[in-house]
Amino acid sequence: MQILFFILAAVALISGGLVVFQRHPLRSALWLIVNFFAVAGIYLLAHAEFIAAIQVIVYAGAIMVLFLFVIMLLNLRQPEAAPVIPHIGQKLLGAVLAGFTALIMIYTYRRASLPAGREVIPGLGNTESIARSLFTDYLLPFEVTSVLLLVAIVGAVVLAKSKLK
Amino acid sequence: MVVPLSHYLALSVALFALGVIGVIIRRNAIVILMSIEMMLNAVNLAFIGFADYFKAVDGQTFVFFVLTVAAAEVAVGLALIVAIFRNRGSIYVDDLNILRW
Repeated sequence: MQILFFILAAVALISGGLVVFQRHPLRSALWLIVNFFAVAGIYLLAHAEFIAAIQVIVYAGAIMVLFLFVIMLLNLRQPEAAPVIPHIGQKLLGAVLAGFTALIMIYTYRRASLPAGREVIPGLGNTESIARSLFTDYLLPFEVTSVLLLVAIVGAVVLAKSKLK
Repeated sequence: MVVPLSHYLALSVALFALGVIGVIIRRNAIVILMSIEMMLNAVNLAFIGFADYFKAVDGQTFVFFVLTVAAAEVAVGLALIVAIFRNRGSIYVDDLNILRW
């Protein structure tokens, strides 16, 4: 289980690095799909089967198809310029800030006293317990989510119309 | 052998940092949007790690909400990119400086 986790984590990190550090947007998109699959595998290890399935369907399926369509639609000719080499002062300041943030995070993690885990409700599958949680405790956020999706659909259609006035 | 919580959190931090780097150093707006997706994914991973640790389903419910917000964000973001490309002929963020002073 640990070994599987490390393999999947390595795949996720390498593909994530390739998304960021490599010029071609199409290849970035394809590596991002690999990244999403690796993370979905980690979800499976963490006993979140429903979320893993949703991750593959929504992220690796729908969202990435959208990305690929837009990349093909725009058909960029000129390549991306090389990143600007920052000033030495900027580099120093960035390193100090990043190190400080890392220290705060490690300190918080060390100080935090995590209570022991709760017991699993027996006899309920993963999907069933998520459904129970969604339709009882989180019913209002769930309904608000559907409104959000409606707004997003309308917004996307309005924005992508041929003439903006 | 169960995976400890710290492993999930470390991987989550690393993926989030990669996403931040992508947003900062890339010029292509589409790749910046992808990096944002990667950051959302890292946060989801932290949620799932905690949900596994506490044996509670609430974390997974939150991931569900994050997923819907991510889908909405991508739809609107890509529509914005298409509109910008139509109006200005470029999606490199260096060329989009009309709001700068």
